[in-house]
Amino acid sequence: MTDIEKTIEIEVMRYHPEQDASPVFKTYRIPYASDQSVLQGLQYIKDYIDGTLSFRWSCRMAICGSCGVMINNQPKLSCKTFLRDYYPGKIRVEALQHLPIERDLVIDATDFINKLESIKPYIVPREARSLEQGEYLQTPEQLARYEQFSSCINCMLCYAACPQYGLKPEFTGPGVLALLHRYNADSRDGARADRMQIVNAEEGVWGCTLVGYCSEVCPKQVDPAAAVNRNKVNSTLDYFLRFLMPGGGESG
Amino acid sequence: MMKRSNEPVFWSLFGAGGVVAAFLLPMLIFITGIALPLGILPPEALAYDRIHSFASGWPGKLFLLAVISLPLWQSAHRIFLSLHDLGIHRGREFCRWLCYGTALLGTLIPLILLIRI
Amino acid sequence: MSKRRPYVRPMDGWWLKNPYYVRYMSREATSLFVGVYALILLAGMVSLACGETAYNNWLMAMTNPVSIGFHLAALAAAIYHTITWFAVAPKVMPALFLAGKRVPDIAITTTQYAIAVVLYLGLFCMVWRV
Repeated sequence: MTDIEKTIEIEVMRYHPEQDASPVFKTYRIPYASDQSVLQGLQYIKDYIDGTLSFRWSCRMAICGSCGVMINNQPKLSCKTFLRDYYPGKIRVEALQHLPIERDLVIDATDFINKLESIKPYIVPREARSLEQGEYLQTPEQLARYEQFSSCINCMLCYAACPQYGLKPEFTGPGVLALLHRYNADSRDGARADRMQIVNAEEGVWGCTLVGYCSEVCPKQVDPAAAVNRNKVNSTLDYFLRFLMPGGGESG
Repeated sequence: MMKRSNEPVFWSLFGAGGVVAAFLLPMLIFITGIALPLGILPPEALAYDRIHSFASGWPGKLFLLAVISLPLWQSAHRIFLSLHDLGIHRGREFCRWLCYGTALLGTLIPLILLIRI
Repeated sequence: MSKRRPYVRPMDGWWLKNPYYVRYMSREATSLFVGVYALILLAGMVSLACGETAYNNWLMAMTNPVSIGFHLAALAAAIYHTITWFAVAPKVMPALFLAGKRVPDIAITTTQYAIAVVLYLGLFCMVWRV
């Protein structure tokens, strides 16, 4: 049998806020090909079976971070996950766990975006330099201290992996804290004291219980669990050092 | 502005307890709870005179305090956080006092006894 | 008027829905054994302070089959705690750099196991040497 004749079943979470009290699942049978991604499967459904299916996607190459969904209960980028990994079994696609569902597979990212904004996700120069003074130099070690954390593509798979975020949505969460660490760990940055106020809070790193699943599902090997938990050490030092040092710790 | 959490106090004790539990507890459990009662170790190994003199010296006092108190803080912290994980929110403050209160008593009692030995 | 009605899914029984979460909850559950064992040691400590008769009664209680059964389970729990503790320690410790390069997680975990084995053997030999 050639790939053309093979089919695979995809069970998709549907939620229409004007009609459904809660999400329901609908099963679709689509043509199978070994080189097809789950995203292409969803696109097939939308193009040929049911045009009302809603989902986000853009780049199709695991860099835009918009196509995250739950695939067989695991947070994944649908463009980076292939039908062949499940064939001949059934595939079950749901909206990202722990996030409010807007419609079908589309989640409401407002909370994530607000939190992302709150941590100043940009370099606040430690010292102002004029153009004539040239660029900010870094050693390879200074680069290595933050580089992996700068790979984050804001796909929110780690939020779908984090039960603590599901249990208490006020928790800043793995991805945003990893980005916070990315800037705090950068030798050029000077806004560490501001960001430590977020780190030190209950809603900051202390909302984490090191489940560790966030780092497991990250499609960019960012390791948010490491970023969050190393900042528990930073926060602890900050907590006790303020008693020892006149003028307090980094954030008073 | 967000409020600074007091978690660093409990997390430090939890961390110290976790380290003690990982590096000492498996062997300690084997010695006191399995090897000695089953006769794998001779009964003199943990005889009263021997342990009493061990508890009389400062290294012994520190060791005993560490293996009793710190794992209790580790355990108290995890149990308290697990209640939240399990969705048990009733009597949260009572549970907090019960968990950490037990650990505090488990620190003060051996501390006082060891100083007096 | 907005037709939005974002749906928030319930969290009931979340820890059973993914094997990763089951392992996490098992890790947290080891603390029950750790706590009870520390309380048993505390009882031993109190009996030691009370005198020889009380201490010998504590030693006698430890030979009860129920006690031995508990300690076998506690040993398994403690070993599971140790494995999970060493696995996550590299994520908690400040990043270590040697000659400008990050020390890999596996090196840190392996070093901890080596130290643990030395401590376990040291402790056993110390008790053994009567």
